[in-house]
Amino acid sequence: MRYVEEFRDPIAARGVLAAIGKVVDQIGATAENPVHIMEICGGHTHAIFRYGLDRLTPPGIEFIHGPGCPVCVLPMSRIDECVDIAERPEVIFTTFGDAMRVPGTRKSLMQAKADGADIRMVYSPLDALEIARRNPDREVVFFGLGFETTTPSTALSIQQAAREELKNFSVFCNHITVPPPIKALLDDPHMVLDGFVGPGHVSMVIGTHPYDFIAQLYGKPIVVAGFEPLDLLQSVLMVLEQIRDGRAEVENQYARIVPEHGNPVSLAAIADVYEPRPSFEWRGLGEIDASGLRIRPAYAAYDAEEKFGVGYGAGPRIVSEPEGCACGQVMTGRIKPTGCPQYGTGCTPEMPLGALMVSSEGACAAYYQYGATEDAVTEAVQ
Amino acid sequence: MCLGIPGQIVKITDETRLMALADVSGVRREVSVACVATPDLSDLVGEWVLIHVGFAMSLIDEDEAAKTLEALRGLGEAQETLEAMADGAAALEGSQ
Ligand code: SF4
Repeated sequence: MRYVEEFRDPIAARGVLAAIGKVVDQIGATAENPVHIMEICGGHTHAIFRYGLDRLTPPGIEFIHGPGCPVCVLPMSRIDECVDIAERPEVIFTTFGDAMRVPGTRKSLMQAKADGADIRMVYSPLDALEIARRNPDREVVFFGLGFETTTPSTALSIQQAAREELKNFSVFCNHITVPPPIKALLDDPHMVLDGFVGPGHVSMVIGTHPYDFIAQLYGKPIVVAGFEPLDLLQSVLMVLEQIRDGRAEVENQYARIVPEHGNPVSLAAIADVYEPRPSFEWRGLGEIDASGLRIRPAYAAYDAEEKFGVGYGAGPRIVSEPEGCACGQVMTGRIKPTGCPQYGTGCTPEMPLGALMVSSEGACAAYYQYGATEDAVTEAVQ
Repeated sequence: MCLGIPGQIVKITDETRLMALADVSGVRREVSVACVATPDLSDLVGEWVLIHVGFAMSLIDEDEAAKTLEALRGLGEAQETLEAMADGAAALEGSQ
């Protein structure tokens, strides 16, 4: 119980942990025959490692770390395309700092910046808009990435640029959506998943109904969770209770932030600016149908893919992964990060080889940062 | 980037563009309030909001704001976000 003291309310945490232990026993789950619960969101992955929740909970629970870190699933080809755009002399390329170290086949954005490209880390697409206003003779490109939590921000920024008739602002759109990869994982015959902890801040935008298919079509429980440690434990308990009772429902543990129908302004902006791509590539998972968004033709003037002729539609696409990297297997829960031959040697947070090592929301970086020991983690899921 | 950070709306800076000044852990930064806009924007002054990459996405109460901030500090995300805001300010000047 080494970590419980760190909780805001350790007594409540002990109570929930005891309840979790009881339900795990009722289910009859053991270390040899565990229930597999996937936390979808990278923020949850980070919190699980930070607070040692995987070790505080009984061995009958196996956490599978989901694909919910947008930086981690960025394919190398998209980084290459970013570098291509950023290296044009007329371009100021703006990006969230998180994306700077993601490896491409040629170089990362960090290396491109060191080589002289004008790449600027911003906090918000609003910063990119302002840079465009101040530099009318330059092309300002914003690297739009993230799930439904950040998608409204670029949609609203594009709408604002259109209202101002800014001519030198565009977005390189890499926004992705949560439900399609979940469906892809559920359709994968090798995956064993008994229930899900759903993302809190994504759901604040989209509401809880986009997950209905998980319960109704696949018969799996999902509980939308906040990211405080106690939120997570409560949500795990709710998932376990559903499994014990043979129920499969979408439940909302984070109702104080997540409205059932999401945020109407955000949803309207997303629908106005974006449409689904036929498919989009995920690092480690490959192409997934309707899992990415592109800018609608009405806003083509703000679409960097159109403006610079790069990306989807510009030619055949090569799916490449770094040599010796096991990101795909980690991402689908087949092996733990420590099972990758590159872990801690060829791949560290300082010199990441795979994207799961780049961000603290990636499973490999979280393992590395919080010192998961070899013995606790080497066993493969199957 | 994925987790929002709580801030308190200090004043409305641009009615048409739906922009406001927010105080985020002592750092002041302009944010969009489009997603939480009320018919009279001045009603937002003093409110706590959850801010994602410069956009207020949800109204929260003060207690929730405090709890969320503590959770973010525990994860080191609060510091990261404040650094990203400083990066953003430097990027406007082209001084990175
Ligand atoms: S250790 Fe590095 S290369 Fe191996 S799976 Fe993790 S991120 Fe990928």
